[in-house]
Amino acid sequence: MAMKGDFVSNLGRIYGTYTGGFIGFVVLLAILEQVGVPNRVIGYLFVAMTIGVYAAIGYLSRTMQVSEYYVAGRKVPAFYNGMATAADWMSAASFIGMAGTLYALGYDGLAFVLGWTGGYVLVAVLIAPYLRKFGAYTVPDFLGARYGGDFARTIGIVVLFCCSFTYIVAQVTGTGIIASRFLDIPFGVAVFVGLVGILVCSMLGGMRAVTWTQVAQYIVLIIAYLVPVVMLSAKLTGVPIPQIMYGDILQRITELEQTKPALAGAKAHTVPFSTYDPLNYFALIACLMIGTASLPHVLMRFFTTPSVRDARKSVGWALLFIFILYFTAPAYAAFAKFEIYQNVIGAQIAALPEWVSIYSGIGLVTIADANADGILQFAEFTIHPDVVVIATPEIAGLPYVVAGLVAAGGLAAALSTADGLLLAIANALSHDVYYRMIDPQASTARRLTVARALLVVVAIMAAMVASTRPAGILAMVAWAFSLAAAGLFPALVMGVWWNRTTKEGAVAGMLVGFGVTLFYLVATRYGGMGEWFGVRNISAATFGLPLGFLTIWVVSLMTPAPSKEMQDFIDNLRTPRGGTMMEEKAV
Amino acid sequence: MSNGDMTPERRAQYWKATGGLMWFVLAIWFLASFVVHFFAPSLNAIVIFGFPLGFYIAAQGSLIVFVVLIFWFAARQNRIDEKFDVAED
Repeated sequence: MAMKGDFVSNLGRIYGTYTGGFIGFVVLLAILEQVGVPNRVIGYLFVAMTIGVYAAIGYLSRTMQVSEYYVAGRKVPAFYNGMATAADWMSAASFIGMAGTLYALGYDGLAFVLGWTGGYVLVAVLIAPYLRKFGAYTVPDFLGARYGGDFARTIGIVVLFCCSFTYIVAQVTGTGIIASRFLDIPFGVAVFVGLVGILVCSMLGGMRAVTWTQVAQYIVLIIAYLVPVVMLSAKLTGVPIPQIMYGDILQRITELEQTKPALAGAKAHTVPFSTYDPLNYFALIACLMIGTASLPHVLMRFFTTPSVRDARKSVGWALLFIFILYFTAPAYAAFAKFEIYQNVIGAQIAALPEWVSIYSGIGLVTIADANADGILQFAEFTIHPDVVVIATPEIAGLPYVVAGLVAAGGLAAALSTADGLLLAIANALSHDVYYRMIDPQASTARRLTVARALLVVVAIMAAMVASTRPAGILAMVAWAFSLAAAGLFPALVMGVWWNRTTKEGAVAGMLVGFGVTLFYLVATRYGGMGEWFGVRNISAATFGLPLGFLTIWVVSLMTPAPSKEMQDFIDNLRTPRGGTMMEEKAV
Repeated sequence: MSNGDMTPERRAQYWKATGGLMWFVLAIWFLASFVVHFFAPSLNAIVIFGFPLGFYIAAQGSLIVFVVLIFWFAARQNRIDEKFDVAED
């Protein structure tokens, strides 16, 4: 019953039906809520139903072919690959955390909005089409071929592992938090529920299964993200287009900031450079963008398109689908801030809106009447960033079913990103370490067995680390961008764009870029080293990245030019026509 | 399999056209990612539909530029590929 060839030509009908079915399911739950079904049951139905659908897709997409397992048979149309990339990219942090960051930082938080979108221009122009032309299964695979040897490949694997593993631990933690809240089970158990949710999507069908579940997960997460804020916008402004209407809200926030005495000490929401100085603001944007363009779990999505042409266009679709969420996040932040500035700060503590008491009850909002005047001052109120998205249904006075929808969306965001990361790590281990370096003669069946076994092992490791709630690891997620940027970007870009790049140059550049960045991160965070030029830890690649480029350039010029074969390889890489260069041997 | 029929001169011309497009796209990317936001404090004096302009550009304007830029790049690169007869069949 595996999906046959006509699956791809029916994608529109299949996902159209799926979207309609999902909306029908939400409406059905809304009706059930009205007739008195308890909230807890609705929460269970949401989680069980969505994970069940992902599992069904994962099962139907099972495969015994190597190219299906690693690159979905290179049959994913640009549009759907764009959706899958968007789900792959947007994590629990984007879905739940981003609006909270914008709430807290105002204008300066937009560095994340810019940094997590603009990198796709670099992906489209500099990297994705060439990696697709090469026909890599993994990013280290390309490094190994271009820089002739296992040394470059191994460094690539180390960088990949460092940036992807912390990231996946954060996603598994995210699934655990959401599952524990909505299923009302302990966090340690919920993490393993999340683990099952991740493995059912990926184990049997590898990239093929992850692709088609990610498309399904994108549809859930984008509906879940838009519905509450659209309804809130309609309620507050009368027009259900939050992305335009929050302009008016911004004005009212500014008025309140200037006129309301209880708001003394609040940062002006739209004024630039109040948290980051311009140097840090722009360094953060640069590191996030270049990190985006180097993260292996993002790049590998573009290996699955039918052609180089589709790979380029697919980056455009991916960014369009990401844009829909990212240009809505500032609206969430503005609406939440207006509600809080208008109705919470300066109010009688005895008479706060109901949603405030719900969230202070679970510790996500704290109220401390420091001057004991019974009135809530700005400095007496703290709010966890996640509340901005999670509480919007309650702020808007929407039924519980909408809160369940948001949970399903957050779960979809965390699961889809975890799946992409899991594949990136496990595929590097099974394809690059096992097949390329340990046993190049391995049969197809054996390769797939090893790939699946490693997938399960990596997933269990991630869940075990996540179940200890390692605060240090979660803080390190932001490091992934700088590590990927400094470790991989110079070698990938110069390997394509400068044919004089030698393998000695690339290896030295990767070591220097990655080494300097890792040193800066560890030394500033744990070693008590002062910041260089005041550049924050989160933008560590500011130093490693230029040094990486410089090292590649200098060392390449000092070593003999690449061979004639390598020149032909690069010429071929730059020419779209002629099929992939790394062909899978016949199965 | 590879494009053996392409002369070195023709190949160099193709790569020059591709590189020219690359630099042009990166220049626009750089303007939208960094340069324009240097002026955010002054741009914020202009207000459109309630949005201070500097804020609007960082929250939406630059993002729209990125999306349009990628689609435009993809179409443009296709035209170069076709002109030099290296597009995929």
